[in-house]
Amino acid sequence: MFEFLENPKFRGGIHAEEHKAETCDKPIATNLPLPRKLYIPVQQHVGKPAEPIVKVGEHVLKGQLLAYSQGTISAPVHAPSSGVILDVQDFPAPHPSALPIRTIVIETDGHEKWFKYAIPEKPFELEPEEICLRVGGAGVVGLGGAVFPSAVKLNLGRKNQIHTLLINAGECEPYLTCDDLLMQERAVEIVGGIRLMLRGMNAPKAIVGIEDNKPNAFKAMQAASAEFEQISVVQVPTRYPMGWDRQMLRYLTGNEIPADGRATDIGVVIHNVATAYAVYQAVCLSKPLISRVVTVSGGAVAKPQNVEVPIGTLMSEVLAFCGVENEKLARLIMGGPMMGEVLPHADVPVVKASSGILALSHEDIFEPEVKPCIRCSSCVTACPVGLLPLEMASRIKANKLDAAVDLGLKDCISCGSCSYVCPSNIPLVHYFKFASGELFSRQQREHKGEQTKRLAEERTKRMERIKAEAEEDARRVMEARAARQAAEAKAQEENA
Amino acid sequence: MNIKPISSPHVSSSRRVNDIMYKVILALLPAVGFGIILFGWSAFFLTFVTVLSALFFEAVCLKLKGGAVESYLRDGSAIVTGLLVAMTLPPYAPWWIGVVGSGLAIILGKHVYGGLGQNLFNPAMLARVALLISFPIEMTTWVNVSPFFTGLDILESFKITFSGVEISDAITGATTLGFVKTGFSQAQLLPDLLSDYSGFLAFIGWERGSLGETSTLLILLGGIWLIRQGIIQWFIPVSLLATVTVLSTLFNLIDSTNYLSAWVHLNSGALMLVAFFIATDYVTSPNTPLGQLIFGTGCGVLIFVIRSWGGYPEGTGFAVLLMNSVTPLIDHYIRPRIYGRTGDGKPIEGG
Repeated sequence: MFEFLENPKFRGGIHAEEHKAETCDKPIATNLPLPRKLYIPVQQHVGKPAEPIVKVGEHVLKGQLLAYSQGTISAPVHAPSSGVILDVQDFPAPHPSALPIRTIVIETDGHEKWFKYAIPEKPFELEPEEICLRVGGAGVVGLGGAVFPSAVKLNLGRKNQIHTLLINAGECEPYLTCDDLLMQERAVEIVGGIRLMLRGMNAPKAIVGIEDNKPNAFKAMQAASAEFEQISVVQVPTRYPMGWDRQMLRYLTGNEIPADGRATDIGVVIHNVATAYAVYQAVCLSKPLISRVVTVSGGAVAKPQNVEVPIGTLMSEVLAFCGVENEKLARLIMGGPMMGEVLPHADVPVVKASSGILALSHEDIFEPEVKPCIRCSSCVTACPVGLLPLEMASRIKANKLDAAVDLGLKDCISCGSCSYVCPSNIPLVHYFKFASGELFSRQQREHKGEQTKRLAEERTKRMERIKAEAEEDARRVMEARAARQAAEAKAQEENA
Repeated sequence: MNIKPISSPHVSSSRRVNDIMYKVILALLPAVGFGIILFGWSAFFLTFVTVLSALFFEAVCLKLKGGAVESYLRDGSAIVTGLLVAMTLPPYAPWWIGVVGSGLAIILGKHVYGGLGQNLFNPAMLARVALLISFPIEMTTWVNVSPFFTGLDILESFKITFSGVEISDAITGATTLGFVKTGFSQAQLLPDLLSDYSGFLAFIGWERGSLGETSTLLILLGGIWLIRQGIIQWFIPVSLLATVTVLSTLFNLIDSTNYLSAWVHLNSGALMLVAFFIATDYVTSPNTPLGQLIFGTGCGVLIFVIRSWGGYPEGTGFAVLLMNSVTPLIDHYIRPRIYGRTGDGKPIEGG
């Protein structure tokens, strides 16, 4: 009834300072010196960690399998360069905690000798199952940041008879231009990847959505896809968070994904544009996912640019290559400034999820003091989901987490639009993340409590059973003894 | 290097509370300036005293509360409140009306609730209504227009404001709404009552009235500028003004001898100021578009009802306060639809 108040194509959102000009017209640097050591975490994806199959001291070739995928949702990892396995150890992960995770360390030999995989002669005629198998085997995961194993998504798409493959080339985060550059320079390969994905899912058509602040990428993609009528390349307005896949889907199709569902529920699968490139590499060239394009930018970087980085390279080496000015560095971030995570230091490896390394200066992260909420409802206007950030935050402040959940806390995507626009600089996303964490640990506690209760009840039952059995045994023994005694007494009587 | 665990986002817009408040002040200044030009030095003195005392009371409250005083004092919110209180006062009101008004607004209207962002009622309207009930004579003495300082000289004006000199009946009169209300009570009818009325002068603001409320034009321009600046949204002003327009037109068509036309309503009293600057107060109005439409419509209905059938000629203050009191209720029930869910929060159907 009041839908007229809601923009049917795009709700909320913000227009942040883009900071893309620093990097969007420089070619992808492919001359990063090969690091002496590469640190490859076995968990770079959503799902179970991969299981190492290499031994310390073993020599591996570039592209060789290091750890294999475990279970249905998992992805393998491969050697980004040739060399010797130095260790399989715990090493700080690129995460705000920098807690150590299982990591394979390779000492590179500088030969860059490739492992020989058979290259399919006619990749575009492979069976759909075969395409998915190859994508999965190459360790391809969603490169937009979600790092969900791509093969799982392709299989899901094939089983659900989807009608549209949506390629998300929104890249709405400020600073980041890695997808932009990839499209500018490698559009033909990306289009190849999209065709393979379509075939892998038996899907009839693909739409590529590109924000209109990337005209060169748009032209390149249009030219590359001109001869394939199943692929249409369209421009979408530049408005953060256009790259939220559900947002882009609504913009392009007018449909929403149910809150409790997946894109496949409405016949759509969404992949990131860089994932399409990785699919092409995996299927046509049999190259596993062992490197990615990373945007290195921010006020503390002297030579901001996009760099093709082998997975496992320490961020400090990438930053040194781009001339980071340590005295200016105020905050180090993996990803974009809206949703990226703070890193305590740069001695962590580049992983499949690393779309950007931002070394922000004090000017970049200007943070005035936090003031009280004046209920200006800028956050309500900015929220792309349709939440009431100010109300949720006030509930969380009062420790009423359930009330915040009622208001839709679990639908929050942490896009940061509310915090961005807040004139009082209230760290709204911080509240929501805190509350989600609290809810999670509460759930865990409840689960643990239930488990304990169940175990205790079982133990009581078991003990009762044992006791009853023991009593039964004792009774039988007594009876037997009584019978024996009676018999003995009788015998004695008879003898006497 | 900062290694506190900081949540994203790591950048923020440059718009701050201060910027919002100073833009509101800027949007109000033309109407205030016009009031001073229209009514002379007394209007200036009264505005000055009211704003200054608002800042004083704000500082005292902040000091009592403890914590940072200066940074809050600089946020401009007390100046906005003081300015709005001054704009609703009769231009020749004595200085203590301004001081009491500011005190009521800042202390009772704002800080007893916990300060900035916590109050239930709009502080300026609370002060206006309290003053009107407590000091009906001072609050309804409307002085004639004496433009460009052609009236009393600066010394006489100073006496009017500061030493309680009697205001001569020769230079006072009634506002349009007051005049019409009195006329109706004496069984006079429209359009005779409005024989001297000029719709154009009322629109410009060339008429008796509160210090900063007379110029519909300048307030409208200030309000539109605020909307264009993204400081306020159109929902409340448009629904409020549309409601008053529709209702007054309807009743005027039915009985044009007893009901004022929409044009008179729109150009009278505090309607414009309330629509753009008071009802749109962030703190005391709902935070969703639909909620704001309901709020604006409610204000419009109440204003029309009080003006047409109430005991007071002007009903904007009461209307706003009444709607302020239901804002929490509106916010409780009116919520935006969440992505992937229906209006009542259930997931939408797939496929």
